[in-house]
Amino acid sequence: MELLSGGDMLVRALQDEGVDLIFGYPGGSALHIYDAIFRQKEIKHVLVRHEQGATHAADGYTRSTGKTGVVLVTSGPGATNAITGIATAYMDSIPMVVISGQVTSDKIGEDAFQETDMVGCSRPIVKHSFLVKRAEDIPEVVKKAFYIASTGRPGPVVIDVPKDVTNPADRFPYEYPEKLRMRSYTPAGKGHSGQIRKAVALLLSARRPVIYAGGGVVQGNGAELLTALAQRLNYPVTNTLMGLGAYPGSDKRFLGMLGMHGTFEANTAMHHADVILAVGARFDDRVTNTPGKFCPGAKIIHIDVDPASISKTIVADVPIVGTVQSVLGEMLEMLKSSDDEPDQSAIVDWWRQIDDWRERHGIYAAPRYRTDGEMIMPQEVIKAVYDITEGNAFVTSDVGQHQMFAAQYYLFDKPRRWINSGGLGTMGFGLPAALGVKIAHPDSEVVCVTGEGSIQMCIQELSTATQYHLPVKILCLNNQALGMVKQWQEMQYEGRLSNSVYEESLPDFVKLAEAYGHLGMKIERREELHDKLHEAFAIKDRTVFIDVYVDPSEHVYPMQVMPNGSMRDMWLSKTERT
Amino acid sequence: MRRIISVLMENEPGALSRVVGLFSQRGYNIESLTVAPTEDATLSRLTLVTIGNDHKIEQVTKNLNKLIDVVKLVDLTEGAHIERELLLVKVRATGAQRDEVKRSVDIFRGQIVDVTSNMYTVQVAGTGEKLDAFLQALGEHTIMEVVRSGVSGIARGEKVLSI
Repeated sequence: MELLSGGDMLVRALQDEGVDLIFGYPGGSALHIYDAIFRQKEIKHVLVRHEQGATHAADGYTRSTGKTGVVLVTSGPGATNAITGIATAYMDSIPMVVISGQVTSDKIGEDAFQETDMVGCSRPIVKHSFLVKRAEDIPEVVKKAFYIASTGRPGPVVIDVPKDVTNPADRFPYEYPEKLRMRSYTPAGKGHSGQIRKAVALLLSARRPVIYAGGGVVQGNGAELLTALAQRLNYPVTNTLMGLGAYPGSDKRFLGMLGMHGTFEANTAMHHADVILAVGARFDDRVTNTPGKFCPGAKIIHIDVDPASISKTIVADVPIVGTVQSVLGEMLEMLKSSDDEPDQSAIVDWWRQIDDWRERHGIYAAPRYRTDGEMIMPQEVIKAVYDITEGNAFVTSDVGQHQMFAAQYYLFDKPRRWINSGGLGTMGFGLPAALGVKIAHPDSEVVCVTGEGSIQMCIQELSTATQYHLPVKILCLNNQALGMVKQWQEMQYEGRLSNSVYEESLPDFVKLAEAYGHLGMKIERREELHDKLHEAFAIKDRTVFIDVYVDPSEHVYPMQVMPNGSMRDMWLSKTERT
Repeated sequence: MRRIISVLMENEPGALSRVVGLFSQRGYNIESLTVAPTEDATLSRLTLVTIGNDHKIEQVTKNLNKLIDVVKLVDLTEGAHIERELLLVKVRATGAQRDEVKRSVDIFRGQIVDVTSNMYTVQVAGTGEKLDAFLQALGEHTIMEVVRSGVSGIARGEKVLSI
């Protein structure tokens, strides 16, 4: 058997796991590993400018491909800088393996230079973690880490590796395990057929059904099956922020996103539904509004791979634990062999009602924003980009108003195209995530929708884009304020804008982009919006920073009434309420 | 409602901190917790007492099961079970009190495990309620120091928690 050092073993194990890309940042405790990376060709390493960027880039890579992302950082500050990105992945159930260097075993606990208890720091935000004690354990630990990260409800796994374990002087026989047996971990597989049969019967009896699909459908590669199911039944579908693309956004059965900034028709249909089929969604507080007022007349079928997500906040009438693929597949089979059909007249009535809601207050029936002013409206920027990219771009986003506008107005027909931090709401996610997506899809258009606040949280990654020649579009909806914070302050704090405006401190983003070797473009006048956007999107070989000055007074609507509101209680504009 | 949850988990470093961390992270409370290796050295058995309604307890057990280190668990309070806690207490015992304390110890079927001319160290095992009653019987002024092990438990009959 081949003898390898711990550092070489680690890199070889990653190769054997099929990894071809690592995002990372070197440092003292990780140097043996970095040397092992230098001495091989199979795995490409992307040097970011901050460890948070590494985690978000790996995250974007993963969300757009389904392949587990890999991050390598050093001990201490390297590890703690990665924490935000790990938490981001954890909240959105993204498979990720984070390898952190650690001080040598004999120094652990002595407050050594660049020592931090990474396993301890990351414990509440990882699916699992390992502290490698012996080099011989590396192959099995790596195998387990990838298995745990990518199966069941996916999530990040940390492998903390003390420097002495990777010492090039100590060599050990290397063999990558082919099989894995973990008595304490059995991810859910098929759903219970009896429950699935019950669910199908309930679905067929529905008179006012809604399919509510979340990120689990995207992650679990269930979008095609979900689409087939909805079309077979002709039932309306709404997607969560995380689920956008799980059902084609441009299809007539799509009601738009639901929840806090969901469409009037989606939220109202949910409220009045008699049967809700929740698939890979977790009844997040940004979806349900007040749980006690959630969909009073609805029977709930809940399919999820994670039993702890079922009946956590909203009790399910028909709980089904299993992978989205297997459960939806089985449902479709049952429907195929069944003679029962939904009550067509009831479904026709239901669609008539929904179309009426769409007509009255929908954001797609007619523009719900000003179209005759001088200022550029953020919604029309997103719509223009949607048209220019023909709905085919990968869109990453930061967090705030621009994120909601992108979610509302860029209609995703395919899964894995919309990449945003839904659960943790991490500002700074968008740019590094876009770089991760671009590496995975070099021939596709990748747009990072951001704001002048979020972009400054990971702006250093403009330099990574230069080094690796990653021509993405950065679309900055610049309203010269922390727009969503400002919106809340205007709605709930009588307009006291506490620390949400920048005054004259914003950088010249055009010059900043140019300083990094990119193109910068500023759009301020409404009449030049379309031409300039076309110009920007015609450039394929450069990173373009498009700084669009939008109406700073615009709010995101609809917005659910809080606290104590139900799904259907919404602000539709600054003055209009349901 | 008070529940006794018994958990078999991998005897790995960090496993206990994951269990304890889960409780603080999710806002569940722990009344008591005991842990020790089992006859199979790769497994530890942890017994914890928690209080919550059915919904809360369901979430507790689901989330415990989600921990990678947890192999199996059982809510002992769902069925007939035996629970025991060990109490060691130092009691001031001088003059006439010495006989009085000894009588109490006999009534509660405890044992005196250490003696000086001024005190006894008493060991009593039983349910938490029994230990409470014993301490009450001793009276506050005689008690010098109390240490309790936390609850351990096992199901009645042939039902076992094993892999």
